[in-house]
Formats: sequence, structure tokens, C-alpha cells
Amino acid sequence: MTNLDPATLFFAAIFTNNILLTNFLGLCPYLSISRNPVSGFGLGTAVVFVMTCTTAINHLVFYRILVPFGLEHFQYIIFIVIIAAFVQLVEMVVERYFPALYYILGIFLPLITVNCAILGASLFMVIREYNFIQSVVFGAGSGIGWLMAITAVGAIREKIEKSGTLPRGLEGPGITLLITGILSLAFIVFSGMIDIQ
Amino acid sequence: MLEMLTGILLLGLLTALLTLLIEVAYSYIADYGENHVLINGEKDLVLEGGKPLLFALSDQKIYLPSACGGKGTCALCKVRVLEGGGPVLPTETPYLEEGEMAENIRLSCQLKLKEDLKIEIPEDLLSVKEYQAVIGNLERLSPGMRFVDFRIVSPPEGVDFAAGQYMQLQIPKYELTRQEEFRAYSIASPPYEKKQLSFIITKVEGGAVSTYVHDYLKEGDELLLRGPFGNFRLRDSEREILMIATGSGLAPIRSMLFTLARWQSRQKITLYYGEKKPEDLILYEELREFEKKLGDFTFIPILSRTTEEDEWSGEKGRVTDLISKYVADQADIDIYICGAPVMIRSCLSLFTEKGIPDERLSFDAFE
Repeated sequence: MTNLDPATLFFAAIFTNNILLTNFLGLCPYLSISRNPVSGFGLGTAVVFVMTCTTAINHLVFYRILVPFGLEHFQYIIFIVIIAAFVQLVEMVVERYFPALYYILGIFLPLITVNCAILGASLFMVIREYNFIQSVVFGAGSGIGWLMAITAVGAIREKIEKSGTLPRGLEGPGITLLITGILSLAFIVFSGMIDIQ
Repeated sequence: MLEMLTGILLLGLLTALLTLLIEVAYSYIADYGENHVLINGEKDLVLEGGKPLLFALSDQKIYLPSACGGKGTCALCKVRVLEGGGPVLPTETPYLEEGEMAENIRLSCQLKLKEDLKIEIPEDLLSVKEYQAVIGNLERLSPGMRFVDFRIVSPPEGVDFAAGQYMQLQIPKYELTRQEEFRAYSIASPPYEKKQLSFIITKVEGGAVSTYVHDYLKEGDELLLRGPFGNFRLRDSEREILMIATGSGLAPIRSMLFTLARWQSRQKITLYYGEKKPEDLILYEELREFEKKLGDFTFIPILSRTTEEDEWSGEKGRVTDLISKYVADQADIDIYICGAPVMIRSCLSLFTEKGIPDERLSFDAFE
């Protein structure tokens, strides 16, 4: 699908192929940080930023270094190392030069290293043979889609918790998974509109 | 084969490059230089930035209390920040009460020193010192508990503390730790022995310091102690005293009993000591001895998991059962409780039900 135009791909990554609700990637931070929309939004913003940048860097590393040397099967470990290093650097820079942002995003940044949606975006980029622009757009779109999903679920969970009508056995991950299921059913309505596979 | 080698080489190179990049960035970006910290409006210190305040202060020989070793879980290292420091971090909020937030109380182990600060700490913390000690006798009280003697080598005058207070014990880096670690332990010996301190140390599964003490420490080893800390202290009063301890919570109580014996106190003193099984009871003979040394002392051990075979004729149940049974409503007594947090909470609510005012209750929770 290399001829897909970036605007469509961007839209598709957010809605029709939401990385969380249709691919179920990045579920562990999603389950633990979605207790309210504010912290969900904080983590989501960090994901958008890191995902956009790492898909771009990983695209360059994959096509400029790994492909010429014929080392494509090293992509997993290389991508993970790059994501981890990038997150470290970003954390350092944000802490030093953007203290206000650090207090919002700071504690979420280390969490992102282990967010599999980030690695997932890089791997999809390779499988689907996106070019550089498409990769960046896809990374940004996937990030925004993830952000939307976690914020929405955060809001729903907070509302349910405040209503106080939840049976004890369903509290926490139980109800979150149920909400996720229903939300992803809703998102399936969009699927088929655009095919990016 | 060649492909494998180039792959590994490339991966190695890339990782090395990234590590180098991070190291270089760290030394430039994360270098916060030196920062001034003004303590209590009088003591001005220049501290190395980029570290948590707790550790930056301890570099300058100012030791704040901390039981968890700077992990952000014990909430003992609170300081009041008057100027600087930025907003409260999400890692601190669970440990701060509303009033504390308004006063800008912070956890010094989470507050990274990045700018000049003005802080306030209790005046007596400035007298906390670091002591070099040599391990004397190491005695195994029960499978999970050790009685450890420390001989203070320097400063030569020894430790000036009150019965009930605790010290931080620092261990060197060893195979289970990545750096030096410290934890808090109550002093089990009386304050009149300033150069000979004893501790009762329970082995905690996976605990860095307690494992070191149990499995690695030998007689003659040198360790560092810092202190004394804590508001759990023996009060000088004529009132009847009730002491309650479980497990190694006996340590500060032992220190208090020796002190009371030295004072030749005549008041009525009762000790409830709770354990699971008869073999868990520690220092039993010594505690019985106090019935002779003290004017009016009653020692009541109580066991929660005895069987027929134990042939235990004493009290059975939990310390809370003893409270319900023996403590009168509105009793005019001083109460000292030390041990597991759950036990302390249930004791406190029982005493409140019995109408005993909060100011008569002292407690120290051992996590």
C-alpha cells in the first residue's frame, strides 16, 4: 500500500485502524493509567511524541543501515534499543529545559519504553512498506488514536467509579476490559472504510 | 555466518554509540551545577545538584530520617520547602496529607535538587551524626531474628539517644544490591550505654539489609550508623505504663525497660508481648528477670498459634484480646506500642473506644 496518501493514512491510523482498539497493542499501561482522563491524557501525549519520533528514526535506521547490510531480521532488537535510548534522551532534555512539561509527562516517560504500541508502529511500518512521510504520519496518527482511546476510557472509568454502582468483582481491570471491548466494537464500524493492511 | 557476525557487530556498534550519546548528553544536560540550600534560615550549604535532596544533604553530613533508603515508600524524610523545588510530584502525593500539601511539605528523596532552595527541618535533626561501629556479638534469637551488638568506634563519645529511638544502619554494596543501602532499626539497648548499641533484626524475604545482617555479617566487621531519629520515646512520668510489642517491636521496649530499671521506677508497668508460637518468643528469660529488677512489673506473653503439643499454659490469642480483657475504660495510663502496622492500628482503635486520649498513646510501626 505504498501509494496511500498521507492524509488518508493519518485518518485511518486514528479511527479505522486504531492501534489500541483494533490491534490491542499497548494494553498494560492503558489498563493501569486509565483511572482518570487527566493522567491518561498525560501518558497519551508522551506516546504521541515518542511514537512519531521513533517511527521516523527507525525508518531511517531500517532503510539506510539494516537493509543495505541485509540485516532486516535484527529489526526487533534494534528498534527496541533505539526506542529505549530515545526515551532516555527525551526525559533528560525535558527535565532540564521544559520543567513545566516534565511535571506533567515526567513520570510517564520511563513507562513508554515498555509500551508495545510504540514497537508495534515501527514494525507495521516495515511490514506495510511505508515510505518516510507515510511512516511519520502513521506514527503520529497511531499515537493520537492511542491517546484518544486511553482518554475516553479514563473518562468512562471515572464516571462509573463516581456513580458507585459497580459490583466489587468488576472493579479495576475487569470493567476496563469490558469497556475496551465495547469501545472496540464501536470502532469496528469504521473498519473497511479504508484498507491500510 | 558472515551475516551473523556483521549483525552482531552492527548491533554492538549501534548500542555502544547510543550509550555514548546518552552518557555525553547526561554529563552536559543533567549537570545542574552547585545549588545553595538554606536550612532553617541560618545554615547555608552548597550542594551538588541533580541528586535527590535527601542524598545531597547526607553528602554534607545532614541526615534526614529514612527507613526505606530513598525509595519513596516510608514518608519519613519529609521537609518543608519555603522557596524553590517546583510543584509536588505524583510520586509524593500518596504520602502527603492535605494540610501538608498546603504547607509545601515534600519528600526529600523524590525532590531532585535543580535550583537554590530554602527548607525547614526539625532542629534536632541537625545534631544527627554518622558513627563508625564494629560488630560485636551476633546472637541468633530465633530462626528469623538476630541480636546484633555494635561497638561505636568514632566519634569516641558514642551516641546520645532516648529510649525508643532508632538508627539507620548502612551496609556496603554486595551481591544483592547495586549500591550502599540503609534501613532503620530501633535501638534495643539502653541510652546509658552510649558506646555499645544493640539491635534486633528480623530477616525479611528479599530484604537487602536484613539479608546482609543475617547471612553475610561477621563479628569484627565495620558498619556505619546514623541517628538517632524518632519521636517514639520514653516519657518521664509517674503514671502507670502499658507496653505492647510483637516481633522485633520488642527492641525499643527492651531499651525502655532497662531505662526504667535504672531510674528505679516504682510505677506499675505491664508488657504484652505477642508472637505466633512458643519457639518465636525471644528474650523470654531476660524479660522475666525484669519482674525482679522493677518495682511492679508484669510480663504477659501471648501466642496466637499454639497447638496441644506446645503445652502452653499462658495467654492464647492476640494482644488486642488482652487489651479488651484487662484495660479499664478511661484508664489513666501511658501506652507504648511497637510492632506490625496492622496490630498497631487495631490497638489504637481499641484504646480510642475505651476513651483513652491520643496524647497518652505512643507508637512505632515496623513495616
